[in-house]
Amino acid sequence: MSTPKQLPRWADLILLPLVGLAAALLLSCGVIALLGESPWQAMRLMVDGAFGSQESIGYSLFYATNFIFTGLAVAVAFHAGLFNIGGEGQAYIGGLGAGLVCLWLGHWPFWAVLPLAVMGAAGFGAAWAFLPGLLQAKRGSHIVITTIMFNFIASALMTYLLVNVLIKPGQQSPETREFGSNSWMPFAHEILARVGLDFTATPLNLAFVLALGAAGLVWVFIWHTRWGYALRVVGQSPEAAVYAGISPSRITIMAMLLSGALAGGLGLNELMGSQHRILIDFPGGAGFVGIAVALMGRNHPVGIVFSAILFGALYQGGSQLTFDMPRVNRDMVVVIQGLVILSCGALENMFRQPLTALLGRRRKSGEGRS
Amino acid sequence: MIISSRFSSWLIAVLVVTTALAAGAKDFSPAIVYDFGGKFDRSFNQSASEGAARFTTETGTAVREFEITNAAQREQAMQQMARRGATIIVAIGFTQASAVEKVAKQFPNVMFTIVDAVVDLPNVQSVNFREQESSFLCGMAAALASKTGKVGFIGGMDIPLIRKFALGYVEGAKFVNPSAEVFQNMTGSTPAAWGDPTKGAELAKSQFGRGADVVFHAAGATGIGVMQAAKDSGRLSIGCDSNQDYLHPGSVLTSAVKRVDVATYKAFLDAKNGTWKPGQIVLGLAEQGVDYSYDEFNRAVLTPEMKQKIDAAKADIISGKLKVSEYKVQ
Amino acid sequence: MVEKITVLPPALELRSISKRFGAVQANRAVSFQVAAGSVHGLIGENGAGKSTVMNIVYGFHRADDGEILVNGRPVKISSTQDAIAAGIGMVHQHFMLVENFTVIENVMLGVEGGPLLAEGIAKAREALAKLGKDYGLDVPLDAIVGSLPVGLQQRVEIMKALHRGAQILILDEPTAVLTPQEADQLFRLLGRLREQGKTVLLVTHKLREIMAITDRVTVMRQGSVVAEVETKDTSPRELAEKMVGRSVLLQVQKGPARPGAELLTVSNLEVRDAQGVMRVKRVGFKLHGGEIVGIAGVAGNGQSELLEALAGMRAPVGGEIRFGGRDLVAEKIDPRGRRELGLAHVPEDRLRVGVVTSFSAQENLILGYQDHENFNRGLLMNNQAILEDCARKMAAYDVRPPQPGLRIAAFSGGNQQKLVVAREVDRAPTVLLVGQPTRGVDIGAIEFIHQRLIGLRDAGKAVLVVSVELDEILGLADRILVMAGGEIVGELSRAEATEEKIGLLMAGVREEKT
Repeated sequence: MSTPKQLPRWADLILLPLVGLAAALLLSCGVIALLGESPWQAMRLMVDGAFGSQESIGYSLFYATNFIFTGLAVAVAFHAGLFNIGGEGQAYIGGLGAGLVCLWLGHWPFWAVLPLAVMGAAGFGAAWAFLPGLLQAKRGSHIVITTIMFNFIASALMTYLLVNVLIKPGQQSPETREFGSNSWMPFAHEILARVGLDFTATPLNLAFVLALGAAGLVWVFIWHTRWGYALRVVGQSPEAAVYAGISPSRITIMAMLLSGALAGGLGLNELMGSQHRILIDFPGGAGFVGIAVALMGRNHPVGIVFSAILFGALYQGGSQLTFDMPRVNRDMVVVIQGLVILSCGALENMFRQPLTALLGRRRKSGEGRS
Repeated sequence: MIISSRFSSWLIAVLVVTTALAAGAKDFSPAIVYDFGGKFDRSFNQSASEGAARFTTETGTAVREFEITNAAQREQAMQQMARRGATIIVAIGFTQASAVEKVAKQFPNVMFTIVDAVVDLPNVQSVNFREQESSFLCGMAAALASKTGKVGFIGGMDIPLIRKFALGYVEGAKFVNPSAEVFQNMTGSTPAAWGDPTKGAELAKSQFGRGADVVFHAAGATGIGVMQAAKDSGRLSIGCDSNQDYLHPGSVLTSAVKRVDVATYKAFLDAKNGTWKPGQIVLGLAEQGVDYSYDEFNRAVLTPEMKQKIDAAKADIISGKLKVSEYKVQ
Repeated sequence: MVEKITVLPPALELRSISKRFGAVQANRAVSFQVAAGSVHGLIGENGAGKSTVMNIVYGFHRADDGEILVNGRPVKISSTQDAIAAGIGMVHQHFMLVENFTVIENVMLGVEGGPLLAEGIAKAREALAKLGKDYGLDVPLDAIVGSLPVGLQQRVEIMKALHRGAQILILDEPTAVLTPQEADQLFRLLGRLREQGKTVLLVTHKLREIMAITDRVTVMRQGSVVAEVETKDTSPRELAEKMVGRSVLLQVQKGPARPGAELLTVSNLEVRDAQGVMRVKRVGFKLHGGEIVGIAGVAGNGQSELLEALAGMRAPVGGEIRFGGRDLVAEKIDPRGRRELGLAHVPEDRLRVGVVTSFSAQENLILGYQDHENFNRGLLMNNQAILEDCARKMAAYDVRPPQPGLRIAAFSGGNQQKLVVAREVDRAPTVLLVGQPTRGVDIGAIEFIHQRLIGLRDAGKAVLVVSVELDEILGLADRILVMAGGEIVGELSRAEATEEKIGLLMAGVREEKT
């Protein structure tokens, strides 16, 4: 028996996540207090660490770039009713695609490498998502299971390639040689310097702009094209899709290809933008954080950009926290991130009802007055 | 370093200024960056953190520590440490090489020590170990103790470093018994392979099933399972990195000891005393950077005859009479 | 029929019950009494607030205001347990039974009486045997519930309620899943319950049932009680007017059919469902322009699968569908292709298939036509055109409120169905397939939708109507096919068709089969 209670749109999109965030931070303060540190100080360190200086802003946005890509990947699949947990593996393989282009054509001019690298990242990422999509569409193998499996396969494949094939000879570390410097993404501080603005050197690079562009394209695609329409119909009601002459299996595959391509974008930021080589485990869990980002961003590109920035800030602010508060270690930061995910995702309904009641009461009394 | 946070920003400013003005300032500030495994990985990083802890207890100087969770943080952490006045930064693990290379160039007045990799810069000290030498001795021990002529090796992740262990081990075993058979297994291809004792035990049991009666692990915490399985099956195991003989007395034949703790401790101490030097340091049997273990826990299984043969080989390796091959990438 | 003993307090009394969901006032000061030992009808259109009243009485919702009295004493009902304790039982429209349990296991679910089952089963068996005898509830106690026909499953629900000591039995649209004959049996059972002193509250929107069985009837409209009358003093027309609030036409007004050319030919069609069960067996028929053909049958006898196969949503395993000179089966033409050929479809399950509930009205009005050139401009959709198209159809089909941006879920069932009909009929298809055209649709909209279907017929097109509402089939169709057990078991012209004849065909073949 669902009752037709609904939050106003603004409250659903803005107020609810904020309340969740506040609750998570409050809980985190409690845990920090238990550790014997000052919660107030810790929160200040975190905020300061995330936004307090050009450097911290640069790092926050650098991490956010990864999360925008993986968050969009999760969201596109989600709109088609698919839970793509394979962002990690798709990003890993997508990075391989971008990396191979850069290793190969690193001496070409940047404007020529860039489109090819983007195609490499998107193409490899999409290819890695293709099989799980196909298996779901044609054989009904559950996408959650197959994408998890493909994360492991990606990891095994990359380790093999980096240890045996792509490794730079004569070194211990399983990583490739450095890309030709032509293929490096221009850093934010380089770009800003060109227009006369001074910005601290950080890994923040052009990929951030590409991520924002990807968010824009996803928005247009999902809500303003017939393919996006078909994708949403499949996600909302596969029966209605069949009725409308939309093939759910074709859409499933298409959505997974797109999702994988978006996840692959992470490689542009992490490898072309910062590491300038392919190395072991570079996605560093961003594929999974993308799930939380999409969840919190309500699977809307705008929401995803904001929640990605929030998670980037948590990441960066959190590492500052461990830096300055030795008793708060990196696991504690994971706890804080976990609390945010928990209260903004899983516990959302806990806040939804009281909020609805509160707003409902306000509206009612407003009606009474008018 | 627990400073009253109110003064921290002031202090940092001062530190930055002092380091900028006078290189190698009086304020000695050591720092260490651990890799993904974290300082409690019961293996490599933990060994390093023990060295840092020893330095702190002995000198009373706190060491600033950072455990990374993302590749980009290596560089970020080192930069911050340098900016906040770190005198010496020790980077644990070969994965940090590129970050050290980059940050060391940005901060030429800060000393960097990297363990398990080579970075060729005037302010970087590269500490490497000849793991193959201790592995060779362990391979000998395994072949000497084996009744079946079959011995096993279980690595963590399939990376060059572990292949280095494996190669030395195989050579050592064949040195004793040219017809010895060596089974080799890697636990996995993700960093999780360093922390999966269950899988380690399974691999060990499967090697026992194929006839092996001594098994050597180079797999971090995964090795705990390997050693437990050996004890449960009444076979022998060989520990790795730190002396693990005490874990199952009478079942652990010996351990391939790698003194990351000593390297870390020594880097800090040298830096403090002004005797720290850049360049490559390779620690083998001769430098006591690696060794095999022999103590009251394994005396019962590592017989005097075995020990005698192993020590003879050890002397030959130190003198250069006996060459152990090193795994080279391609 | 029986003189009521007026000294007894009413079995159930509602005093000024109000309930609001957000902006919707679902119940506004609802008050009525149900006399002990009577069958009381509660009638109203979808959305009139009947379900809310029922759910408040049974403890699913709590009233914002007002009180409930059982046998003259106020009771506080805040959960179904409270309702059961107060002697109230409920038979839901969708049965709450565990299909792979036996009857006895289902009945004792929740009242097992101790950790060991054997004893409880023995006791329950004894009690149920007595119940069966008292009320003529003839149910095999050890049969698996899923294997029983729907009519018997419903009795299991009634038995369950009685076993828990219900004195007041609420039945929610109980005849929706029954054949006319099964419905008659149910009414006889309700009569026996009444004789034994039980009180029955029958919630329905079917006038026929109210007239057939109830003693008194309460009519609700827009959350309020608008009338309460003795059944013998009223007529279907009066009740319908009270329900809708204006005079209505109970009979569909239409002229004689003028069948024209053969437009669609089905032969030897065989369809399996998702579980592989053959649901449609060698079905064949023809549709001519200018006629409405009705397919009657109890729900679940293959009509849904037939409709899906015709619309292209389900691939048949054999047979032919010839339309516009092509064989839709052999050529594997998908629903979109069929629409382009002029075969439109209003599906039976509106909320699951016909619309996407989370989409706006305007988005729903392009469902199936999303690739049409009118709605697209290059790579992007032409939102302006979509909006204008929706606004135009809303005006032409009197959809209220006329807001293209409103989510479809916010419209009433009737307005949703008008939107679906608008989408499919507006393109003047050659053949229109309609499943349950007025399920969950209020009387006002029923009239409107029927007129549109007849309008299409009069324009020379063919309409195939599948409905479980016999009244609707009899009102609309020019020719009637009866389906049972996946086969077409009879064809009747409108002139020769009567409710009894159709009912026998619907049931007869099925009994023959089992």
